[in-house]
Amino acid sequence: MKFIPLYICAFLVGILSYAQQTPAPAQSQEIIIIGATAHLGNGEVIENSVIAFKSGKLTVVASAEEKNLDASNAQVIYAEDKHVYPGFIAPNSTLGLVEIDAVRASDDEDEVGSFLPHIRSIIAYNTESKVVESMRPNGVLLAQVTPRGGQISGTSSIVQLDAWNWEDAIVKKDDGIHLNWPKRFVKKGAWYDPKVGYKADEKYDEKVQEIYSFFKQAKAFANQPEALLNLPIGAMQKLFNEEQKLYIHTDAEKDILDALHFKSELGLKNVVLVGGKYAHKVADQLIEHQVPVLVARVHETPEADDDDYDLPYKLPRLLHEAGVLVGLENSGQMERMNARNLPFYAGTVVAHGLEKEEALQLITLNTAKILGIDKQVGSLEVGKDATLFISEGDALDMMGNILTHAFINGREISLETHQTELYERYKKKYAEQK
Amino acid sequence: MRKLFLLILFCFSASLWSQDYFPTNLGVKITDSNPVAFTEAIIHVNANETIENATLVIQKGKILAIGKSVEIPENAIVFNLNGKHIYPSFIDLYSNFGMQDIKRVSSGAQYEANRKGYYWNDHIRPEQHAVDYFNFDEKSAKNLREAGFGMVNTHLQDGVIRGTSMLVALTEDESNTNKTIVNNKTAQYLGFSRSKQTRQSYPSSIMGMTALLRQTYNDANWYAKGNMSEKDLALEALLEQRNLPQIIHAGDYLNVLRADNVGDLFNIQYTIVGGGDEYKRINEIKATNARLILPVNFPDAYDVEDPFMANYVSLEEMKHWQHAPRNLQHLAEAGIEFAITSAELKSPKALHKKIQIAIEKGLDEKIALRALTEVPAQILGMENQVGSLKNGMAANFIITSGNVFDKESNIYENWIQGKRNIIKDDDLPKIEGDYTLNFQNKKIEINIKNKSGKYSLEAKKDSLKLGAKIAFEKNWLNFMLTESDSASTKMNRFSAYVPDASTEIKGKVILFNGDETSFIASKKETEKNEKTDNLDKTEKDKASENKTENDTYVSEITFPNIAFGKTSPKPNPERILIKNTTIITGEDVGTLKNADVLLRDGKIYKIGRSLSDKKAKIIDGTDKFLTAGIIDEHSHIAASSVNEGGHNSSAEVTMEDVVNPDDISIYRALAGGVTTTQLLHGSANPIGGRSAILKMKWGASPKDMIYEDSPKFIKFALGENVKQSNWGSRTRFPQTRMGVEQVFIDYFSRAKAYGELKASGKPYRFDDEMETLLEILNGERFISCHSYVQSEINMLMKVADQFGFTVNTFTHILEGYKVADKMKAHGAGGSTFSDWWAYKYEVNDAIPYNAALMHNEGVVTAINSDDGEMIRRLNQEAAKSMKYGRMNADDAWKMVTLNPAKLLHIDHRVGSVKEGKEADLVLWTHNPLSIYAKAEKTLIGGVIYFDLEEDKKQRKALKEERAKLIAELLKAKNSGMKTQAVVKKKERELHCNSMDSFLDGEFTETQHHH
Repeated sequence: MKFIPLYICAFLVGILSYAQQTPAPAQSQEIIIIGATAHLGNGEVIENSVIAFKSGKLTVVASAEEKNLDASNAQVIYAEDKHVYPGFIAPNSTLGLVEIDAVRASDDEDEVGSFLPHIRSIIAYNTESKVVESMRPNGVLLAQVTPRGGQISGTSSIVQLDAWNWEDAIVKKDDGIHLNWPKRFVKKGAWYDPKVGYKADEKYDEKVQEIYSFFKQAKAFANQPEALLNLPIGAMQKLFNEEQKLYIHTDAEKDILDALHFKSELGLKNVVLVGGKYAHKVADQLIEHQVPVLVARVHETPEADDDDYDLPYKLPRLLHEAGVLVGLENSGQMERMNARNLPFYAGTVVAHGLEKEEALQLITLNTAKILGIDKQVGSLEVGKDATLFISEGDALDMMGNILTHAFINGREISLETHQTELYERYKKKYAEQK
Repeated sequence: MRKLFLLILFCFSASLWSQDYFPTNLGVKITDSNPVAFTEAIIHVNANETIENATLVIQKGKILAIGKSVEIPENAIVFNLNGKHIYPSFIDLYSNFGMQDIKRVSSGAQYEANRKGYYWNDHIRPEQHAVDYFNFDEKSAKNLREAGFGMVNTHLQDGVIRGTSMLVALTEDESNTNKTIVNNKTAQYLGFSRSKQTRQSYPSSIMGMTALLRQTYNDANWYAKGNMSEKDLALEALLEQRNLPQIIHAGDYLNVLRADNVGDLFNIQYTIVGGGDEYKRINEIKATNARLILPVNFPDAYDVEDPFMANYVSLEEMKHWQHAPRNLQHLAEAGIEFAITSAELKSPKALHKKIQIAIEKGLDEKIALRALTEVPAQILGMENQVGSLKNGMAANFIITSGNVFDKESNIYENWIQGKRNIIKDDDLPKIEGDYTLNFQNKKIEINIKNKSGKYSLEAKKDSLKLGAKIAFEKNWLNFMLTESDSASTKMNRFSAYVPDASTEIKGKVILFNGDETSFIASKKETEKNEKTDNLDKTEKDKASENKTENDTYVSEITFPNIAFGKTSPKPNPERILIKNTTIITGEDVGTLKNADVLLRDGKIYKIGRSLSDKKAKIIDGTDKFLTAGIIDEHSHIAASSVNEGGHNSSAEVTMEDVVNPDDISIYRALAGGVTTTQLLHGSANPIGGRSAILKMKWGASPKDMIYEDSPKFIKFALGENVKQSNWGSRTRFPQTRMGVEQVFIDYFSRAKAYGELKASGKPYRFDDEMETLLEILNGERFISCHSYVQSEINMLMKVADQFGFTVNTFTHILEGYKVADKMKAHGAGGSTFSDWWAYKYEVNDAIPYNAALMHNEGVVTAINSDDGEMIRRLNQEAAKSMKYGRMNADDAWKMVTLNPAKLLHIDHRVGSVKEGKEADLVLWTHNPLSIYAKAEKTLIGGVIYFDLEEDKKQRKALKEERAKLIAELLKAKNSGMKTQAVVKKKERELHCNSMDSFLDGEFTETQHHH
């Protein structure tokens, strides 16, 4: 790589003046990808496939051997030995809400207060975040942007990761409300204490009661215009007419059961469990209540010393085998920058027993179903958004996850980032020194 | 010297008792100089010697005579004990009895000492004398006396060196309060805790405390030679007290070992106050040769009735619940001598119950008695004055109804220095029996029982059971009965004075309605069979006790004594032949297919095809991959502490002092193929502490985990953490990168001057910190420097150039790609994260291509974890460089094996699969650079430390063991034992490293924004 063509340098100089990659313009020409192994995201694989999309929508997803297309007006991408995947979806994410963890001024993820269903993430979502653009070279093209903190942290929205502004980024606005189920044990002692312990939260029952009464109050106000005068109560109404989902964040076995009882008592239909570190122990009840799970970060240490060392690695498989609809999420320490490792979480689940195409579903179609956007995205199926990418190899494996093209609604997006720019700049510096 | 000291001590104490010299204002002075004799007693002279039907004579606070045929002086006051027992009274060596309450200071310097004329560190307080803080505390004394204690050795429990203790008698003689102080300087106490009397922030960690102790002893030696021009009252006191017994509070078994290590360096054999978990590493504890002082605060059973909550109890907690009461027994079996302290108990009154439990679990009563009497006396070197009953010794003894540790037994009296303290009346009339109670024309049948001083009452009216309560003290009998049935709240209260046993008890009754009248209780003829009944019952009790004891499941002690622990701490290497596998050698030969590897004596003996060895255990490697074990250049697992942040240099502290082998992270790292880590100090200060380079030998002792002949390393740090950018008060120097440079220049200039003085042959003050820095200047110790941005990386290299040494490794080094050419020219290596960024401002330009760019410029590059989670899959992290920067597979793999080995100067031993190297190997299910790979077997020195199949078996065994222990816990609860609520426990947070690191920084909770 000692010789760098001039036009690349010119290109670099050009883009370095922008804060982020320029969003791609709308798809104007039909695009056909020929010869790739297509991983549809619904469990199916088409070797030597042909995939075509027009005006942002998939028009053909088929075997190249069975289907001949008129490519005369189309841009054709020959992708033999390559792989095509639907764009990966990062649910329960704070992408675009914080830029640098330790810089408080860049932090917009956690509002003051405990019951905040009226707090909406979408209006703070920063499309120009350098962290957001760094998702795309790994195949993560969609995210559910979710506020944090409190008992009800707020309302999330689902976005695609290449847009001029938050309004343009919307895939599904205000898709759901996030309820942090109280924890039976809370941390005690100073936060910097290396031996942080836990203590029983004596207010657990009280907090659960508060949740019950808040929801009952909200339900009682249903369809009453006065409810609108009370912002939090007003913001809850779409839960009861099932336009919005309720995401309940909790991990422990008994806490999950408490949350399921709550679901029954309130007569809530669209409930998703987020986290669920011990959800495998209550898989039957989850199925009975038709509650899918967005499983906590796979690359995590087990909660308890006595747990199997690979529990976080195999948990999605355990739930899947039990019949639960499972997706992967990755909230926790450094969650934003780590969201780009989503494909490797799925890959790790394969190492611990799940079939590859099933693991792929954990970050594509399953997640789309759980979020309620599966009619639009999540798999390579005719009529859905052309939100997909081409990888040189197996995208669930670090060695193969090397993207050559990525599309959101048929628009070919840039795979450059702040990081690739620095890479190229310093590669050039050293090349010139030699 | 010691003999002389004892002699002086003896004279001193003798003179104390010889003559009254206090005037009195209470009228005529009464001196009780008459001898007192106790006859017909069973006298336990000491734990091993008992004299039946013996007499004890005391006078003026001392034992005059003891034995079977003792002549009783004519003027003696005689107590006939009628077969009661006499024991030496107990001595507690870890006590703060009568000490002033020290309030924590809230103002004063944060980095300097607040005393003048004393040592530079306020936590060194040898000049503190218990006697200056003493006020007799009758309330505590009474509690202690009731538990059988006669004397306690008390000290002010404040500081790392806490000064002298005093031996105190637990009863005050009004006529001579000075008698209370038996000896005002019995021992010097130390402990791993900070003084409350200062805000000086150093030391803030256990490793800071061990380092401070070492430096203090060195300084004291220097001072003793007259080399210090200033006066230091603390060092003077320390020197003066060096021949006293040295007693250090450690608090748990790891600290016991740490304390002993410090003592060994200075030929000090500490007596060590332990934590009750010493059974976990009995061999290492034994090897300290230390006498221990041990608490008996055994944990209560966990309440596991709620099966969901039971999940929160760890195997470790359950096993400790089982073994804590057996700790003393385990130590006794190993021949380790110990004293018992009541210190950790809520009240000394709980002592007997705890010791009874220990005895039930197998502790020899004699050893228990020794641990409360002779051993503490010996530790103080006062075994000729206290702790047993011999002529001339202090008249400190207790009178009991039976065996002192027996459940049924009572302590009646506790005599201290010849002064009588009545604990419990022992001569109340016998009132047990059946009575007919008459009052107000009512007739109630009552039965009074006495079980070793505890009275109970049953009452029936027309065969209906009544609620009842009874007390009999100082001849006053008080009891209450409900009016109708036991549920009634109407209470009739009875009271009678019973001077002697009689067939009739008469007294007054106050009825529930307030009316008063009299009652008579007439005794019925006792039927003979009652006694046999009782006998039957006790036999039955015993039988059932035996039965439960036999049924009890006792868990095996493993190494460590937690989930997935091993049965042996030091397994021997096996001869192993791994057949027909793909070897990624990490050497020039690259990858070998269908190859065999023979391991012998912990080393890689031979690599080839079709190898055979009849003695070897065969492992089939078909379709698998064999590699060298992963080496993590930057880790904080297996540590009890991460940061000593009290100074901006802590070169004198070492992570080798704080290795914690009981961390489940070790096992989990093995499951990720990791065999070696560098346990690094945190990044709170520019010059951090020395490293420990460890092998992940799960089950080994701290010492056995540390590399033999380990290369010497030290952590340095730059940037936001050492500037305290994201926390702190903004007063500690340095607050800028400009200041950071000057810290280094200052320290290295001083180290250079120190080195010159040392080389000149002139006397010099040994300074551990300077010694460490000098090693760096001499190229004997290597730096691993936490660093982020290019300016600071460049700066440190320039400082190193100025002082003529090389920066060995920059760790984190996320902007290394910007100055890779300069690093190469300087000779520095880089150990980095594969893809971390965006967690703080200084990682804004961190890119995942960093490793590839540095590597391409010829910098020796490694990928590290700095994290208990990522260490489990460093193979994946290495592979990320194939995505980011298109590194080839062989080079990528070396970034977690050979390259970190090079950076740590251990590449001649480990890091690749090569004949002659140590057999630290991993057998993988797939190519380890693939996300689909799992470590199947991880070996260190030819020992299989992790095995997927074995792991499966252990999971099953763990499940069964948990079930058995939960059954034991339920049994304990059902038998009425006290329980404690279950609490989730996650001591070592996933990001524990981070925790310290408010402190370390990488993943601090500051980033949680709460």
